[in-house]
Amino acid sequence: MIKKLLGVLALTLTCSVAVAAEGGYKLDNAPDRINNMASLQNGAKLFVNYCLGCHSAASMRYNKLTELGLTDEEIQKNLLFTTDKIGDLMTIAMTRQDGSKWFGAAPPDLSVIARAKSVNLGPTGVDYIYTFLRTFYRDTTKKTGWDNAVFPSVGMPNVLWELQGPVTHTVSHIHKGEQDGKTVWQRTSTTYDPMGYAETSTSVLQNYRGGEATQHTFKSPDQSVFDNNVADLANFLGWMAEPDQLFRKRLGVWVLLFLGLFLVVAWRLNAAYWKHVK
Amino acid sequence: MAGEKTVETTGLLGWIDRRFPLSKMFKEHMSEYYAPKNFNFWYFFGSLALLVLVIQIVTGIFLVMNYKPDGNLAFNSVEFIMREVPWGWLIRYMHSTGASMFFVVVYLHMLRGLFYGSYRKPRELVWIFGMAIFLCLMGEAFMGYLLPWGQMSYWGAQVIVNLFSAIPFIGPELSLWIRGDYVVSDATLNRFFAFHVIAIPLVLIGLVVAHIIALHEVGSNNPDGVEIKEGPKDAKGRPIDGIPFHPYYSVHDLVGVAGFLIVFAAIVFFAPEMGGYFLEFNNFIPADSLKTPPHIAPVWYFTPFYSMLRAITADFTWVLAAASVLGAVALFLRGNLRGVWRIVVPVILLIVAVLLRTIDAKFWGVVAMGGSVVILFFLPWLDHSPVRSIRYRPTWHKYLYGIFIVTFLILGYLGTQPPSPVFNLMSQIGTLIYLGFFLLMPVWSRLGTFKPVPERITFSAH
Repeated sequence: MIKKLLGVLALTLTCSVAVAAEGGYKLDNAPDRINNMASLQNGAKLFVNYCLGCHSAASMRYNKLTELGLTDEEIQKNLLFTTDKIGDLMTIAMTRQDGSKWFGAAPPDLSVIARAKSVNLGPTGVDYIYTFLRTFYRDTTKKTGWDNAVFPSVGMPNVLWELQGPVTHTVSHIHKGEQDGKTVWQRTSTTYDPMGYAETSTSVLQNYRGGEATQHTFKSPDQSVFDNNVADLANFLGWMAEPDQLFRKRLGVWVLLFLGLFLVVAWRLNAAYWKHVK
Repeated sequence: MAGEKTVETTGLLGWIDRRFPLSKMFKEHMSEYYAPKNFNFWYFFGSLALLVLVIQIVTGIFLVMNYKPDGNLAFNSVEFIMREVPWGWLIRYMHSTGASMFFVVVYLHMLRGLFYGSYRKPRELVWIFGMAIFLCLMGEAFMGYLLPWGQMSYWGAQVIVNLFSAIPFIGPELSLWIRGDYVVSDATLNRFFAFHVIAIPLVLIGLVVAHIIALHEVGSNNPDGVEIKEGPKDAKGRPIDGIPFHPYYSVHDLVGVAGFLIVFAAIVFFAPEMGGYFLEFNNFIPADSLKTPPHIAPVWYFTPFYSMLRAITADFTWVLAAASVLGAVALFLRGNLRGVWRIVVPVILLIVAVLLRTIDAKFWGVVAMGGSVVILFFLPWLDHSPVRSIRYRPTWHKYLYGIFIVTFLILGYLGTQPPSPVFNLMSQIGTLIYLGFFLLMPVWSRLGTFKPVPERITFSAH
């Protein structure tokens, strides 16, 4: 029975992924801070403190963080919680089986999550993470007491709630409805208070010209501080998905300069040979 | 000494030449291989394809040193290469970019052949070897794509191997035999790995050698489609319109190499994912046999053919059956088939028309996909144009080529998208245009007013 229920839950989760992937929620643009070491360090700190309890990053070694300007001692002192060797991988004690039992689905490994969540020619995975972590709200009807606007019915609770403070979430949906036998445009607004109790109201829109629309608003104290922290965390996840990316781009400039030079040489060499061909 | 050959060379080279035809081969294929002087931009892609082959083999060797062909280890071993192997990220990106660039270069190389009639007599075998290379390349790319063991690797392979199950009678057993398991699994990964790193590369290299030997036997075609061997010759019997491949085309190709490497490096260093088309984002999720992704699409270079596969629906087989009947009638009444073939071919077409409506449409989708590649093998015998090069064909032929290229690109785009009624209709029209272009080529390629072909190539000194 339990297995069946879990199966259903897993299926529902996959379906909700599909819905989210179909673009139900318009993702915010995460600020581009990939070259900002302070931001990456803060992101690393947040990641180790808030994410690494349930999520692993099994392709990532702690001492790789030295590339963010941290020293071995700093990493040893501040960031090693799950292990005591700086050369270790960021693995966790929780097994996948426990993870699926407790959350409905095992929390995914986050090593390359920022790449996995990118969309072809669309928003990046960093945008996804940035938006996802800022759209949690309390909902008493959910198992964890939390829900998410980007990933509805997600198994993960809002682990950053301490940083965020109480959240009020309002979702208003403009849709067609019936009134006195006539089709009219209506707005249904649901507000989730910081305790997770929902209140819904519906009003008729006069002279509305447009289509169906959904709007989400999130209110919390110190919103900008929280956004800033989440931006750093998302930034770090983007870096962690490919730690050599900064070096790759720096090297790329030199390679292209060299190849440009090679092109000129090849072009002149060719011209010198072909000059005499009549 | 007794038994030793007399050769022109001396010293070490002489020693070798007396035992191995090194100088002779170099002369035959490089310094005394006469290629037409009038090669243009399109002639870069042959040597570039060879360059990409070398890049793929060399980077592949280094990847195999660290990759683990094991369902439990494969995904992480790729990340291990990306992070812990010194320069592993560069090797891996070169290999993944190389895979896509191989197809870019080969498609352009094939298009060049199409434009200038490079497959026409006496170059049929050059073309057939080339097509066999293309088939190998498709197999190589398909099997290589499973190795990172991500979601797209897994489900892409699942979908494609399942296609074989559509073949009547033997299908289900055949796909089981290919997979080595009831679903794509460790067994599949291991055999695909073996094919990807040993079997197909061996065949591929053999075919490339055959392609070049056949080419050097008959000589290169050129943008005018004129035989330089039939033109004037100098006192030593060398064609005046030809020029030694080395050094003239070796330095010329060096320019192409430099230009290509700039594009290649720009992708490797600044956009290795190429917006999710060279490295698909879903493939950064480890393969999960219990979680089907909402949208499965092959990598971009297969999408034109994938579109044709999806285009064949049960309704659409009516159209194809009608086309077969029309073809049968036309061949019987107007075709120039001789003797018994005048009966046999139309009858075969009529049987196909009946089978189109009796066998499952999925099978015909597979036939359309396979057929759209196989039909290219027959190009030398489909093209009946009195001239080789597009330069001397009627203007409307050029429009036909244009429509064909645009159709191919649109089919490619549609193959990346989730199916929808409009897109499906578009890919059905695209399939008809693609197949019609080739199947009707014996008719249309000889129609129209052709321009006079010059006696010699057109070349102006640089």
